[in-house]
Amino acid sequence: MRRDAQAVVLLLLGGGLLRLAFTGDYLDYVKPSAFWLIVPAGLALLAVAAVTVRDLWRERPEADHGHREPQVAWLLLAPVAGMLLVAPGALGSYDAEHSGTAVSAEEHRSAYPELPDDADPVPLALLDYAARAIFDDGRTLEGHRVELSGFILYGDGEPLLARMVVSCCAADARPVKIGLDGDLSEDLEPDQWVEVVGAYSPRQGRDAINGELIPYIEVESTTPIAAPEHEYQ
Amino acid sequence: MVGVSQDVAERSAESAPPRPRRRPTSIEALALLLVFGLAARPGLTALFGEPAARAWIARFVAVMVQAIPFLTLGVVLSSAIAAFVPAGFFHRVLPRRTAVAVPVAGVCGAVLPGCECASVPVAGALVRRGVAPAAALTFMLASPAVNPIVVVSTFAAFPGQPEMVGARLAASLGAAVAIGWLWVRLGRTEWLRLPAHRHHDAGPWPAFWSGVRHDFFHAGGYLVIGAAIAATLNTLIPEAWLTPLAEHPVLGVLALAVLAVLVSMCSEADAFVAASLTQFSPTAKLAFMVVGPFIDVKLAAMHAATFGRGFAARFAPAVFAAALAAAAATGMVLL
Repeated sequence: MRRDAQAVVLLLLGGGLLRLAFTGDYLDYVKPSAFWLIVPAGLALLAVAAVTVRDLWRERPEADHGHREPQVAWLLLAPVAGMLLVAPGALGSYDAEHSGTAVSAEEHRSAYPELPDDADPVPLALLDYAARAIFDDGRTLEGHRVELSGFILYGDGEPLLARMVVSCCAADARPVKIGLDGDLSEDLEPDQWVEVVGAYSPRQGRDAINGELIPYIEVESTTPIAAPEHEYQ
Repeated sequence: MVGVSQDVAERSAESAPPRPRRRPTSIEALALLLVFGLAARPGLTALFGEPAARAWIARFVAVMVQAIPFLTLGVVLSSAIAAFVPAGFFHRVLPRRTAVAVPVAGVCGAVLPGCECASVPVAGALVRRGVAPAAALTFMLASPAVNPIVVVSTFAAFPGQPEMVGARLAASLGAAVAIGWLWVRLGRTEWLRLPAHRHHDAGPWPAFWSGVRHDFFHAGGYLVIGAAIAATLNTLIPEAWLTPLAEHPVLGVLALAVLAVLVSMCSEADAFVAASLTQFSPTAKLAFMVVGPFIDVKLAAMHAATFGRGFAARFAPAVFAAALAAAAATGMVLL
């Protein structure tokens, strides 16, 4: 790949990163803190592109003296196409159905602070609810109504509430799953985001994929909602 | 800008002696590809509408978006070393005897926070600047495996188990130094094929910019291969395969070591994933965290890019064995 083509690829990569950062779409792939890595990197790539163009402008073509840059560079068009043309959304029910629930990462948590008494229902993260239900036997959940939000997936024909947990980037995303107990009035479609209000249920199931425990919630109401800007936890 | 460079290309084509067949230039091929990509965009989106394909491309883009900033940092640092640090500098700073320089390099790597993607090109620049390959390789291994960020994240992932942090530090540093000493005994310089760098008489700045561009495209191309493999394995390997292995003490350790190679996770985050693999023994989790930063599919591709394929083919098994042995030994003593 010659330098003029390299400048264009650098421009597309750097511009693509900045576009992800400023449209907020980067949250589909990495953690929020990665913003502060993506923006400088995008600017640096644009700077390299600009210097390359400036040098091409100034130099005569013979300055390139036949130096062939590595052909493997063409592969960098793949992330450009992925970021700018395909632009896949966040991982959803397909991925959650194919991997086991990841609640065990919370097993060694030392403290489960009491839930606030002045909030009703108490909004909780799915992972937090699951950890309190499984490793603390729901002690801090008793006597509270809680509000959970996540997407719907089906395991063994039964609807589950799930959310993907990301430690580094979406490539290592793993789901946290919560079973829904009680009357589910509406038909819930896979991937539909819902807000579930309910109370702790001592019932527990097992994930068929990795044998981990899946806690349940006694559902009071489910409300379909739009997918949040940051779909991972 | 595109117009100008095409102009230049055309003029050079005119002035060159007539050739029987003119190959399309890069910029023309690129323009064609981009036009094709834009025109085929509805088709592309439909192709990746399939859930499995969508999951794959999302993971692939995620690895690239996560890794490109670190790769950029790495090539900027390595090009700065190559362009601005005088050639004799590291000779004066590092101990003269390579066997002593190796542990010093390991400790230097442990203090500086580095990421795998950044440390590979930096090690390449160090070798080019006259650092003994043994010391540069130890630095390359130690810098992502043992550093303040890794210590903090491991501590957070294993609360109440500080011995896990200690075991990780000991095993990683030990294996990194062992690899350096192994290179002193057995390594041959002719295995290393560092890509030639253009020589610039115009001063350090042109050398710096040209180094950044060259290294970015070289290592970045291989990073794409590694990211594609990692995305494929993450999408396709059913987790259910791992569960029966977890029960066995030896197979469990081996399984997580191999998993670390396949999933290519960055060292700052692998502790959280290791902690979530609860069916496995602590030694198996330790092996996951020690092997991962040393060697994985993405890193092997980058080693091939920076040091040559002959080197990468020998280095990967040696590093895997050293990391696995160090993790197993440390696990037996400490965990």
